[in-house]
Amino acid sequence: MAELTYIEGYPEYMRKEIEKVAKTRDKRLDYTPPAMTMKQRDEVLRVHPDYAPGGKREISVGPNKGQNAPNEVADLLEAYPLVEKGEVDLSQIDYNPDILIIGGGLAGTSAALWAHDSGVAKENILLTNKLRHGDANSIMAEGGTQAADREVDSIVKHYIDTIGGGHFTNKPDVTRALVEDAPLIMKWLCELGAIFDREENGDLAEKLAGGLSVKRMHSCRDYTGLEEFRVLRDEFRTRGISYLEHYPAIELLTEGNRVTGAILWNIETGDYKIVKAKATIIATGGYGRLHIRGFPTTNHYGATFDGVVLAYRAGAKLRDIDAVQYHPTGAAYPIQIVGYLLTEKLRGSGAQPVNADGEAFVYPLEPRDVEAASIIRECYVRDKGITTPTGLRGVWLDTPLIEIKNGKGYIEKAFPGMIRMYKRYDIDIRKDPVLVFPTLHYQNGGVETDPSGRTNIEGLWVAGEVSGGVHGKNRLMGNSTLDCLVFGRRAGMSTADYVKSYSGEISVTIDHLNQYVQQLEEAGIKRTRRAPIILPDYRGKAALARMIDVF
Amino acid sequence: MVDNKSPIMERIAEANKAATTGIDATDIKNWIEIYIMGKAYKVPADLTILTAMEYAGYKFVRGVGCRQGFCGACATVFRKKGDYKLQTGMACQTRAEDGMYLVQIPFTPAEKADYDITKEPYEASVFIKYYPEVTRCVSCNTCTKACPQDLEVMDYVQDAIRGDFNALADISFDCIQCGLCAMRCPAEIVQYHVAQLGRRMFGRYGQGVPDHLRKRVKEINEGKFNQEMARITTCAIDELRKIYTEREKEPE
Repeated sequence: MAELTYIEGYPEYMRKEIEKVAKTRDKRLDYTPPAMTMKQRDEVLRVHPDYAPGGKREISVGPNKGQNAPNEVADLLEAYPLVEKGEVDLSQIDYNPDILIIGGGLAGTSAALWAHDSGVAKENILLTNKLRHGDANSIMAEGGTQAADREVDSIVKHYIDTIGGGHFTNKPDVTRALVEDAPLIMKWLCELGAIFDREENGDLAEKLAGGLSVKRMHSCRDYTGLEEFRVLRDEFRTRGISYLEHYPAIELLTEGNRVTGAILWNIETGDYKIVKAKATIIATGGYGRLHIRGFPTTNHYGATFDGVVLAYRAGAKLRDIDAVQYHPTGAAYPIQIVGYLLTEKLRGSGAQPVNADGEAFVYPLEPRDVEAASIIRECYVRDKGITTPTGLRGVWLDTPLIEIKNGKGYIEKAFPGMIRMYKRYDIDIRKDPVLVFPTLHYQNGGVETDPSGRTNIEGLWVAGEVSGGVHGKNRLMGNSTLDCLVFGRRAGMSTADYVKSYSGEISVTIDHLNQYVQQLEEAGIKRTRRAPIILPDYRGKAALARMIDVF
Repeated sequence: MVDNKSPIMERIAEANKAATTGIDATDIKNWIEIYIMGKAYKVPADLTILTAMEYAGYKFVRGVGCRQGFCGACATVFRKKGDYKLQTGMACQTRAEDGMYLVQIPFTPAEKADYDITKEPYEASVFIKYYPEVTRCVSCNTCTKACPQDLEVMDYVQDAIRGDFNALADISFDCIQCGLCAMRCPAEIVQYHVAQLGRRMFGRYGQGVPDHLRKRVKEINEGKFNQEMARITTCAIDELRKIYTEREKEPE
């Protein structure tokens, strides 16, 4: 390709495409495409990566044997452990807390705070992190947190929206817990000093989002997860609760059918630590970095499915593991930010998806899977997408509409993160639309729990994205930060009760791994894959081809 | 070979492979040279500092986090060829440029004060008590210049000294706590910790819990929704589907 001339961030040919969007903007100002019927939704979902053929297979071992999962997920469930019998010394216990929490995002950190509030001493809680405390998807949550706290709203409406968005596959008891605790969580955050967007009279400012029937989305500009998390971490540090950083858990430890701790691995030096704990909470988040079906992702570097792999080997049951969430609007241009999240709050504030002919082609606030599938259809079936210089396709998200609808200066106030991200590439989202395409965003399913976060395995709780049930097969915006906060709290309180009443002696073994390896061998699985993978690998192919390990 | 007749999913995966599997040199036309801690590497032109280092062969376990400009893990300092200026940025958000020489600062040694915000008065004295070094600010503005988020850091330090919590919260809100301000400050102030304390004070005392939220929590505790919740959580899916489809939507 010849050298491209760029005008305010876009190559000339894309500028011409942008003119078509500008031309129809006035007309589209008062026009929103109608929401789809259930039948239309079913039809468009055929091009959704979850439904398009070829992406899944049956899991061949473990508690969910015979059920479908994405190939990339099945690969890790059918992988051999990083350590096996005789390779680790379990006789020396390095840490012996009452509660071990694996993963320090919103879920793990709230679990620690509520366990502490429930009377477990700070030194009897240990929170361990793969990277730094807070290196998690939580802090990247842009758009908001749902809670039904307005007069016109009710937790029943929140429940119905959530379960409809999830295609009626959500587990009712945990979904009820989610919506019932939401206002209490908001109150807790306000008391801890989190700063939410407000109306002039001091009420919480609330917005619509995909699949919501009532304005219920609370946000902190477009840094909602960051604000919520840094407040919790500040409180956590102030209380002096024990924590480790750069120590991912690489296996759980068990005694019979109960979980009794974990093996932690120093990611810098390679040595390991043995933790024995009465109760273990896994809060390790999701799997965006598996790049399911070759999609880019909005997720954190460490989102590699470790927690589910560990729990599954110990016998934990999974649910809805076949359902992957693709966020409808990831960045498709420029190349440096491909896959990055463009918050749904943009559409909640009036931005429209627009095709190459300048037409608004979809109701902007369909549930995420429907919205994502509509964009894929526009690009690859109807051929009305825009192709980037590197061969990606996308549709426009007409961001300038936001200011026409909400007044000048609104974008700067409500979306400083988005402005900043594009400004680095000379694009002004107030003046020009941005190119978007679906991006891998969220692990809808995971380890099944009861409303306290407890799994089917004694001694093991999970909270946050690693769990399954509360979102069914499709999560709504604003229910993920909420999920972390609600079930982090519940797991913290539940483990606190449990460890206070538990007095028996426990021991640590890796017997469950030996049994799992036996199952893998019986299923004829070759020893080519090992898990957890801990971090993805993006090193250049040329560098990898000439790499030798000499130390 | 993936072409226009291949299944949609294969075409999407092919288009995205540079972002998902690591870069193949045969796909690259334009190259630049950068100096990572002084050592020269030839890397593709359209990368960030982070992805350029990965292309060169680095696998990060430090100095990396969210990769999208939210977590503050990948603070980096660099100079450009022929430019006297020492510049700062997040490796994941800064374009790698020809002749750039750089090093990452993956950790900031800085102590966070222990305070219980429920027991502190909502006034300027709280900053003097926990971070007395704020008064050493010489208004040199180096912190502001160092901020990769382009925040007016010095201004919010001055707001702290004056006890203007609202202004401090507003100006510092987009802080990702990377620590570059504190690393550059000649007065050894830890600006981002000062801002965290100030924002929490503003959130708790300047904003507080609104009445509508307090009221709803009370209603839930008193069981106002129990009956309806019990019904809805046990009703048949067909009925739920009907309720969902027919539910009223609040206008934009």
